[in-house]
Amino acid sequence: MNKNAQQDIAHIRDMMERSSRFISLSGLSGVFAGIFALVAFGTALWLLNDSGIAYFHEDTIIYSEKIVFQLFVLCMLTLVAALLSAFFFTYRKSKRDQVNMWSPTTYRLLSSLFIPLIAGGIFCLALYHQSQVGLIAPAMLVFYGLALVNASKYTITDINYLGYCELILGLLSLFFIGYGLVFWAIGFGLLHIIYGVVMYRKYDKAA
Amino acid sequence: MSKIKKNTGIIDALNKDFESRVRLGIMSVLMVNDWVDFLTMKDLLKITDGNLASHINALEKKQYVEIKKQFEGKKTKTSYRITKLGKSGFTGHLNALEALLNKN
Repeated sequence: MNKNAQQDIAHIRDMMERSSRFISLSGLSGVFAGIFALVAFGTALWLLNDSGIAYFHEDTIIYSEKIVFQLFVLCMLTLVAALLSAFFFTYRKSKRDQVNMWSPTTYRLLSSLFIPLIAGGIFCLALYHQSQVGLIAPAMLVFYGLALVNASKYTITDINYLGYCELILGLLSLFFIGYGLVFWAIGFGLLHIIYGVVMYRKYDKAA
Repeated sequence: MSKIKKNTGIIDALNKDFESRVRLGIMSVLMVNDWVDFLTMKDLLKITDGNLASHINALEKKQYVEIKKQFEGKKTKTSYRITKLGKSGFTGHLNALEALLNKN
């Protein structure tokens, strides 16, 4: 009887969890997003160097239209690569676990993630339009952090820790305008890799 | 003597309507969601159409769940939601399970 009750409770918990949270998110997608971000960071430094800007050795940097546009394209490419890898690894994991990738929880997760994220994207475009380039990296981190905290209700809860870290980093970087690229690399590169490795070891392997 | 009495009391508190794994699953899903449609439910529980339908009907008869049918194009879409009675019944069942575990 005891054993039965125990199994029943485990089953109840599993069904509640599975029907309300999207759990196929793979840690590997975090690792790859981080790698793409670090590659982008390297490319950005190279682009800046190429146009005669020594990022770490000048007090005020005058960004030309051209370099800002190049950095923008680089940013978009990184985003697309990160999203594609997230999709790929999630697809793979849901196949392996034999769960449906497109359930109502998926839509809830996506909308709770993308509403703050799209608002942030438009916010950053406006900053660019208003020539407030120095605020773009902090804004990206802040909005991304808020999006993750918001989305953590519908997926693996641990993702809110990543959200808080991104948020704090973004707010901190507001006081160090001019080092946006460095904060960006830490937030989108390093934190993603750390988070991805931790999640991979905690959830992906055990399953 | 009194201990045995207490134990039987707990077992009595377990709701027979929720004894099967499928019904336990259905109620669990409905506890934490609003309307859930047939296909999503089938997907979550990994059971056949007929099996799900018969258990749902039994639960509806007891007024633990309510059923809603809508037309989506030419197909009907059937969704389920837990009733107040279902919620209190299932909570009682959970408490009984918990009490049983704590006893032993």
